[in-house]
Amino acid sequence: MSALLKVEGISKRFRGLLAVDRLSFDVPEGGIFAVIGPNGAGKTTLFNMIAGVYLPDNGTISFAGERIDGLSSDRICQRGIGRTFQIVRPFPALSVEDNVIVGALMRRHDVLEARAHAHEVLRRLDLYDKRAQRASSLTLPDRKRLEVARSLATDPKLLLLDEVMAGLRPTETDRIVSILKELNRDGLTILLIEHVMRAVMALAGRTLVLHHGASIAEGAPADVVRDPAVIDSYLGAEDI
Amino acid sequence: MFSRLFENVSRRALVLLGALLIGLFGAPLVASDYLLTVLILILYFAYIGQAWNIMMGFAGQLSLGHALYVGLGAYTAAALYVHFGIGPWIGLLVAVPVAGLAGAFIGYLAFRFKVGGVYFAILTIAVAEFARVGFDHLTWTKGSSGLFLPVAQYTRNDLWLLRGQPVMFYYILLVAAALAFVFCRALLQSRIGYFWLAIREDEEAARSAGIDTFRYKMIAVVISSAMTSFAGVIYAFYYNNLFPEQVFHISRSIEIILGPIVGGVGTLFGPIIGAFLLTGMSETLIAALHALGIDIPGAKQVFYGFCLLLVIAALPDGIWPWLSRRIGLSEREK
Repeated sequence: MSALLKVEGISKRFRGLLAVDRLSFDVPEGGIFAVIGPNGAGKTTLFNMIAGVYLPDNGTISFAGERIDGLSSDRICQRGIGRTFQIVRPFPALSVEDNVIVGALMRRHDVLEARAHAHEVLRRLDLYDKRAQRASSLTLPDRKRLEVARSLATDPKLLLLDEVMAGLRPTETDRIVSILKELNRDGLTILLIEHVMRAVMALAGRTLVLHHGASIAEGAPADVVRDPAVIDSYLGAEDI
Repeated sequence: MFSRLFENVSRRALVLLGALLIGLFGAPLVASDYLLTVLILILYFAYIGQAWNIMMGFAGQLSLGHALYVGLGAYTAAALYVHFGIGPWIGLLVAVPVAGLAGAFIGYLAFRFKVGGVYFAILTIAVAEFARVGFDHLTWTKGSSGLFLPVAQYTRNDLWLLRGQPVMFYYILLVAAALAFVFCRALLQSRIGYFWLAIREDEEAARSAGIDTFRYKMIAVVISSAMTSFAGVIYAFYYNNLFPEQVFHISRSIEIILGPIVGGVGTLFGPIIGAFLLTGMSETLIAALHALGIDIPGAKQVFYGFCLLLVIAALPDGIWPWLSRRIGLSEREK
């Protein structure tokens, strides 16, 4: 498998704080790649650099063989990278359906066609029956799935998921896990930031552990969780 | 673009719309001269309110300087007529691009350099004020002493040169307001409309859904300013006199936005309801006071303020969202 996303030596400094420190990794095409680490490890900063919100101070990010660092976030989405936000940001006054239509319209110029595509995506994410509701009236798990739906509607090759399982009950987590697995089987590459180890273990083919902005371990989830450095900095022995 | 115009429109809404349109078309037959001038004002504000709503209600960009586009439209067409005898419909071909360019200028400055929210609103005020002071000193348009269009007693209405009786202006504005309504509905149902609403709701999220927010905000400003300038052209030929102190004044900009705010920002009926309510009721109030022999300067402004307070306190989304639920045109909130 070739690398769909290639991150090489990127750093980001916020005044005195080095949030991401010369980080490199590859996300293989068709894989599910997880980034874990304690709070403040630089996970969201990393995401925001890939998604075009922040410009890295050093290093390069390539997607499908082309440099994308320095592009604006709308351009990056147009290249084929969809994202969700850690703190969900649906368009509150719009209906669930309209939220997803907005995403679908990126690659479609006809509203009817976009609506048909949006319906398809909503069915996959169990939101079809709630399509007429205002986004602001949804519960948190539904809002999280709506975020996934909106970015899926842009037909991404790579989906960036920022803690979509956080705050969900185990049954809801399992439901999202099975949806993501299905999407992955259909060819979607996924990069997720996650705290919920249950989801990471079930989903990820490969895991990177961030600590103070640097990688301290990378490998299969089952190996990573046994790594002494990881246990020491993040998981704690009792979690295993 | 217009193929889905009647999609999701209930029978009841169509009947109400049809009745309103027929009523307005027939109104000059029964209305007194005074009532006709009030109706002209109402349609004028309904039209501009619709244009302003594109920017604020759809794309979420607050303009407090729409008098700028009215004034540019009015002055351009009037000056071309006074100096070169060029009629208003040809003048429109100059006035609309001039106002559109002014809108593009403000939009480019603001959106390129990420000036948003209240700072954007202040920028729109600043440019309008700049124009007011500038036109005060522009001798080509007679500066602060005012630009006057030649008038005479008209026995017939000259639609081409817009010389004639109020009823002609009434029908022009009625057609304009109706077209603006249809145009805005078509915009809302189009790809652009969806992108505007997304930007209004959350610009950052809109960008990450692949929307070039700069581009779509620019389109909103240019369409809104160009549309507004048409009302300016009509204003010039209806009133026949223009003073920078009047047309560009910030109070004009505020008058423009009160209607849509009271009626319901971002709704298609809001600007119309707001215009009817504010202009209609304030004129009634003044007429009533006049009949009682009371003359209070500023009664209209006090009335506007009162309406605004009432709406903010009781119906923060404006009258239309509430009214449409009452008359069964939209579903109740779940």
